[in-house]
Amino acid sequence: MATPNVPLWEVFIRSRNGLAHKHVGSLHATDTTLALQAARDIYTRRGEGLSIWVVPSNAITASDPAEKGMMFEPAESKIYRHPTFYDVPDEVGHM
Amino acid sequence: MYTQALNNADTDDRNIEDAERSAQFQARIDVDDRIEPNDWMPAAYRKTLTRQISQHAHSEIVGMLPEGNWITRAPSLRRKAALLAKVQDECGHGLYLYAAAETLGTSREELVDMMLAGKSRYSSIFNYPTLTWADIGAVGWLVDGAAIMNQIPLCRCSYGPYARAMIRVCKEESFHQRQGFEIMMTLARGSEDQKAMAQGALDRWWWPVLMMFGPPDKASQHSDTSTKWKIKRFSNDELRQKFVDATVPQAQFLGLTIPDPGMKQNADGNWEYSAIDWDEFNQVLAGNGPCNRERLAARRKAHDDGAWVREAASAYAEKRRQRSALQAAE
Repeated sequence: MATPNVPLWEVFIRSRNGLAHKHVGSLHATDTTLALQAARDIYTRRGEGLSIWVVPSNAITASDPAEKGMMFEPAESKIYRHPTFYDVPDEVGHM
Repeated sequence: MYTQALNNADTDDRNIEDAERSAQFQARIDVDDRIEPNDWMPAAYRKTLTRQISQHAHSEIVGMLPEGNWITRAPSLRRKAALLAKVQDECGHGLYLYAAAETLGTSREELVDMMLAGKSRYSSIFNYPTLTWADIGAVGWLVDGAAIMNQIPLCRCSYGPYARAMIRVCKEESFHQRQGFEIMMTLARGSEDQKAMAQGALDRWWWPVLMMFGPPDKASQHSDTSTKWKIKRFSNDELRQKFVDATVPQAQFLGLTIPDPGMKQNADGNWEYSAIDWDEFNQVLAGNGPCNRERLAARRKAHDDGAWVREAASAYAEKRRQRSALQAAE
């Protein structure tokens, strides 16, 4: 008999250094309690984090890779959004 | 995000070969772009990676068996704690790899069922027994050493999820090799009996470990396309040579003798090894190694014995779901 499928979760961990939660991988679990415990066992065996989020994979809405050109084009052409676009004379020092 | 739900969107065209898209795909590979789960990819690329990553995952899981064999008989609490942690790591590595394989569209359950049915392979090395405590040292030093040699180039593999899983695995794997070497060193510096035990383990594991890198380049059936797709960055023989060159000085340091009297260092500094017995390798792959049947039987028993746990967890989740649906309706 084929083994029945168990729901998939995405795991996010916040490390010690105060950075935001970061995606670290996926796992299978039947409910939130087991998902958190499995995330602890699979992704934090060496003190990788101080906080875990588990999110059902099918609850995530993602951008379509086929449309990434259109999606991100507006940011490509706006170099004036970057500090290096502006000329500041060297004598002014660090700004 | 690697959801199966997202992957379903393009199931209609994912198996259609398309010359124009294939050319675009190859162009991305050629500029070292990473391929991600929902990107278009040739069906053969998907199939090759599903096979390779799932076999890699099965190897991590089956690899827990020869080492688990010694957890209760480790010679000290320190050794026992380290071995237990190592076996737990192997389980974790198997799970990272199943998660990476699943992003290609085959569920973990299907992949595991294929292994249990004997339709999907795992590394031939785990069909050899761990007869003495020294074998645990040799497995860590040599088998994990060879695995690291194989896995480091995979950290730059063209498929994003596989490369990311490998980075994690490689970070954890280096403790495995060091703990194995330390076991060998302790035995090699011990009594005559202990030194003989270490030598015996090296004698038994050396040739099977060289076989781990796969058939010689002239006979390997998967290498060409895997190289073109940047799944494979070095050939089997190149990796094998790197491993031998790294390991010979370590064996010399231990005062142990590599069981290859014909081995010699050439003018380039590479150690030339004698002919490998590929008949033995093919026999093990065909299911006739020392432990093939035992390993598969142990995995099937563990899977069957765990069925009630999976059923109970699903039943509990379903009960909770129904209860909260009822409360919401009130």
